[in-house]
Amino acid sequence: MQKQKLVMVGNGMAGVKTLEELIKHAPDLFDITVFGAEPHGNYNRILLSPVLAGEMTLPDIMLNDLDWYRDNGITLHAGRKVVEINRARRTVRADDGTEVAYDRLLLATGSVPFILPVPGKDLPGVIAYRDIADTEAMIEAAQHHRHAVVIGAGLLGLEAANGLILRGMEVTVVHLGGWIMERQLDKAAADMLQASLEAKGMKFCLQAQTAELLAADSGRVGAVRLKDGTELAADLVVMAAGIRPSTSLAESARLHCERGIVVTDTLQTVTDPRIYAVGECANHRGTAYGLVAPLFDQAKVCANHLAGFGIGRYLGSVTSTKLKVTGVDVFSAGDFQGGADCDEIVLHDRAGGVYKKLVLKDDKLAGAVMVGDTADGAWYFQLVREGKDVAEMRDHLMFGQSFTQSQLGDAGHQGQSQAALLPDTAEICGCNGVCKGTIVKAIREKGLFTLDEVKKHTKASSSCGSCTGLVEQILASTVGGAYQSTDKFAKPVCGCTEHTHGEVREAIRQQKLLTIPDTMRALEWSTPNGCATCRPALNYYLISTWPFEAEDDPQSRFINERAHANIQKDGTYSVVPRMWGGLTTPDELRAIADAAEKYKVPTVKVTGGQRIDLLGVKKSDLPLIWSDLNAAGMVSGHAYGKSLRTVKTCVGKEHCRFGTQLAMDLGVKLEKMLFGMWSPHKVKLAVSGCPRNCAESGIKDVGVIGVDSGYELYVAGNGGIKTEVAQFFCKVGSDEEVMEYGGAFLQLYREEAYYLERTCHYIERVGLEHAKKLVVEDAANRKALYERLLFALKDAPDPWAEQRTAPLVRNYQPIDLTNNGDRHGLAETVSS
Amino acid sequence: MAWQKLCPLEEIPALGARVVEHADGDIAVFRAAGDSVFAVADACPHKGGPLSQGIVHGHKVTCPLHGWNIELASGHACAPDEGCVRNYPVRIEAGTVWLEL
Repeated sequence: MQKQKLVMVGNGMAGVKTLEELIKHAPDLFDITVFGAEPHGNYNRILLSPVLAGEMTLPDIMLNDLDWYRDNGITLHAGRKVVEINRARRTVRADDGTEVAYDRLLLATGSVPFILPVPGKDLPGVIAYRDIADTEAMIEAAQHHRHAVVIGAGLLGLEAANGLILRGMEVTVVHLGGWIMERQLDKAAADMLQASLEAKGMKFCLQAQTAELLAADSGRVGAVRLKDGTELAADLVVMAAGIRPSTSLAESARLHCERGIVVTDTLQTVTDPRIYAVGECANHRGTAYGLVAPLFDQAKVCANHLAGFGIGRYLGSVTSTKLKVTGVDVFSAGDFQGGADCDEIVLHDRAGGVYKKLVLKDDKLAGAVMVGDTADGAWYFQLVREGKDVAEMRDHLMFGQSFTQSQLGDAGHQGQSQAALLPDTAEICGCNGVCKGTIVKAIREKGLFTLDEVKKHTKASSSCGSCTGLVEQILASTVGGAYQSTDKFAKPVCGCTEHTHGEVREAIRQQKLLTIPDTMRALEWSTPNGCATCRPALNYYLISTWPFEAEDDPQSRFINERAHANIQKDGTYSVVPRMWGGLTTPDELRAIADAAEKYKVPTVKVTGGQRIDLLGVKKSDLPLIWSDLNAAGMVSGHAYGKSLRTVKTCVGKEHCRFGTQLAMDLGVKLEKMLFGMWSPHKVKLAVSGCPRNCAESGIKDVGVIGVDSGYELYVAGNGGIKTEVAQFFCKVGSDEEVMEYGGAFLQLYREEAYYLERTCHYIERVGLEHAKKLVVEDAANRKALYERLLFALKDAPDPWAEQRTAPLVRNYQPIDLTNNGDRHGLAETVSS
Repeated sequence: MAWQKLCPLEEIPALGARVVEHADGDIAVFRAAGDSVFAVADACPHKGGPLSQGIVHGHKVTCPLHGWNIELASGHACAPDEGCVRNYPVRIEAGTVWLEL
C-alpha cells in the first residue's frame, strides 16, 4: 500500500509532539514533510526565559535535533515558510517555490506577537519575544546597551525583563493594566509580586499607554514616550503585549478562523476535514491555548485521529501558570477570581512575603493563586483538575499537602510530601534507589513531560508506586506549566489502546465479550496481542464479568498466577499451602516438614498471614511438592495471586478469656467461602474475637471484629505501601450475615474496581457511601451481589491438583536434550 | 555448532516459552505471535531474571522480575533500557522445533 502524505506547517512543540505520538502509533502510515520558518529543529520554547537569564543554553533546550527528523524518515524544510495552501489540488507552496502535495495537512503555525501599532515600531532595537532569534537579539543588545523597556507585564514580559536585568540592563516595564499579570493574578498577589521584582531592580509604569517609540541619533530606538508625555530611555524595546494565533495562512486558504483556526474535538478544521490544526493557532470551543500542557493533550488526540483510531476527543483543559523567575515564586491555576457563588480562603503575610488564595465552589477547589510559597501549587492544581470533593480537608487545605495529608494519615514513605524542599541527594524512590537529582537531570536532559516517561527512564515510582506523588511534584516543579498530572485510571490502560479501564470494563459487559482477541478487536487495540500491562487486566475483566463463560488465558497472567507459586529473585519459587483461618494439624505439619526435606527447601518461614512458606523450590519440582502436599489434604494458598490470600484469626472465644465470638470458626468459614476468588488485586481478611483486635482487622480489605452483640465489619484497610485504617462499614448479628455483607462488598469490588486497584484505592475513588448504599442499605442488591459471588466461586478447583496433570505439567519441565525417556526418543543431533 | 531437535511446536504454549537446560546457562525457547519461534539466553540483562517466565506479546517478552522488555529477534532491551541477551538460531521443520547450539 502506498503511504499517505502528511504535511505539517510549523515546527514547534505542539506539532512535533503530534508527530511523535503518530509515529508511536502508526510508524509506517505516512510520508511526513515538515516546514518550519526557523532554521532549527524543535526546541522547548518555554525554556527561552532561562536561556535569556543565563541559566540554560540553547543546546539544553533542543527537544528534537535534525538527526531525529532523519532517523524517523521525516523531510524537514527548516527555514522555509509556507505561503500558500491549494486545497483543490491539495498542495502547499513555500516561499522558495518548493511545492509538496498532501493527503492530510497539519497546521501548527503557533502564534505571532502582537506589535503595538505605534509610530517607531519598525525601528532597529524594537523586538518581540517569541523565538531563538529574539532571545539572541536581547542577549546581544544587553552586551552593548544599557536601557531597556518591556511593554506588557504578562508572564512573558516579566520573564524578559528579569533576564535583561540579570544580563546587566536597567529595565522598566510598561503596562496598560492596573496591576501586573492581571490574567493570572488578583491584585493582592500582583502587588506582592511587584514588590519582590522591584527589590530585584525592576521598575514599573502601570496604567501606562505607549504613544510612540522615538529614534536616537544612531537611527536605533532611543526612547519610549507614554501618552502622559513621560519619556523613558530605551536602547531596546521588547513588545510583550500578548500573542495572536497565527492564522493568515489558514485565512488565505479560506479556512474558518475566529481568534484562531476553528477546530472540532478531533482537531480537524471545521472547514476541511483533511486539514488539522493544533497548538496556539487553533481555537477549540472558543479558546486558543497558549500554555504547553493543553497543546500536548491536543497533540495526542490529533495523532490518534491521524493514525486512524478516531476514538480520542479533546474536551478542553484547565490551565495553570508558574512564573519562571528564579527567587520569585508565583503560581496560579483555574478560576482564581472567584465570584458570588464562591468561597475564598486567604492567607496574607505581607511582611513574610507570602500570599495564598484558594477559591472554593460547591466543596471543590476551583482555583488558587500563590506568591512567595508555591510548593503546594502542583497539589492544588491536581485538586482543581480532578474536581475532587475537598469538604473533608477544607480546614487543613490552606496549610498545604504535607499538613493535610498528615492529618488524613496519607504521607509518602519517610513522611516526605514536599519534593521542592528536598536536596538533590534525597532518595525519592526507595524501591529502585533513585535520588531527586537523577530525576531532575533526566527530565531536563531527555525532555520528559509525563509521569510515564519519568518511570521509563529513571525507574522512579515504577515499582510500589508510593513515591508517585513526589515524582509528580518534581516533574511539576521542573517543567512548570508543561506538566499536567492525570488520574492513573482516567488514562488509557496502556500504550496499546486509547480506552480507559472503565471503558474496557463497560464494553466487555455491554457487548458480552468473552475472549481477549475479541475484546482487542472490538476495541480496536493497536497491537496484535497487547502487552504485559493490558493482557492481565483484560483477562481479569473477562473472567470476573463472565464467570464460566469467558476464557481464562494463562498466558495473559503474570508468571505467579500461571505457575501457581511466587517467583523469587533467583528464579526459584515459593510454595504456601493453605491453612484455613491460620489453623493446622500435626499431620499437616509433618507433611510440610517431609516435603521441605525431600525437595531440599532452603528456607521455611512463617508468613504474616498465619501460614508456612517454603522458599526456594525449583520450578520443575513444583508439581511434585504439590502432589505430596495434596496427598496430606492441603491445597494452594493462592499466596501468589490477585486473589483471596488469607483470613487471619485470633483464637477467639474458643480459648481466649476475653473472646466474645468464635473467631477461628468464622475465619475458616469465610476462607472456605472465598476460596479461589480472583480479584482486581490481592484481598486479605481478618476476624478478631473481641475489640482488642489481635488479628489486626483494622488494616484488612475486610476486617471483622466480634463484639458481645455480634460483629462489626470494617472495609478498605491496607497494611502495605500506605497504611490505611479500615473504615467502619456496618454491624451485623450473625456469622451468616458477616458472610453475606462481607461477600457482597467483595463482589462489588470485583465488579467495579479497576485491575490492580486495592480496596482502599477503590473506596477512595467511589466513596464509602457508594458501597454502603449498594450493600448495606439495599438488601435486594446485597443478596444479588452475594449470589453472583457464590455463583462465580462454585466448585472452585485446587489449581495445584489441576496443574500437576498432563498436559499442563509439561510447562513446569525443561526440554531435556539428553533425556532418553522423552517420548520422542533420543534428541536427534544433525551437524550443520 | 549443531542443530538439536527440541520438541513439537505445540509442546510450547502459544505466547509462551519452554526452557532448555544447557551447560552454559539455560536457554528460553519462545513461541511468539504468529507461531514464530525465538531462542535467547534465559537471563534478563538487568538482574538475570528468567525471561522464559515472562509475558510474551508481539515479538517481545516482559521480564517477570522488573518488567524490562526484550526484543526476541535481536535479544536487545527495548528503549530506554539498555542491554542485550545472547540469541540462538532456532527454526521449525515439519512442526518440530530445532535449536542450533
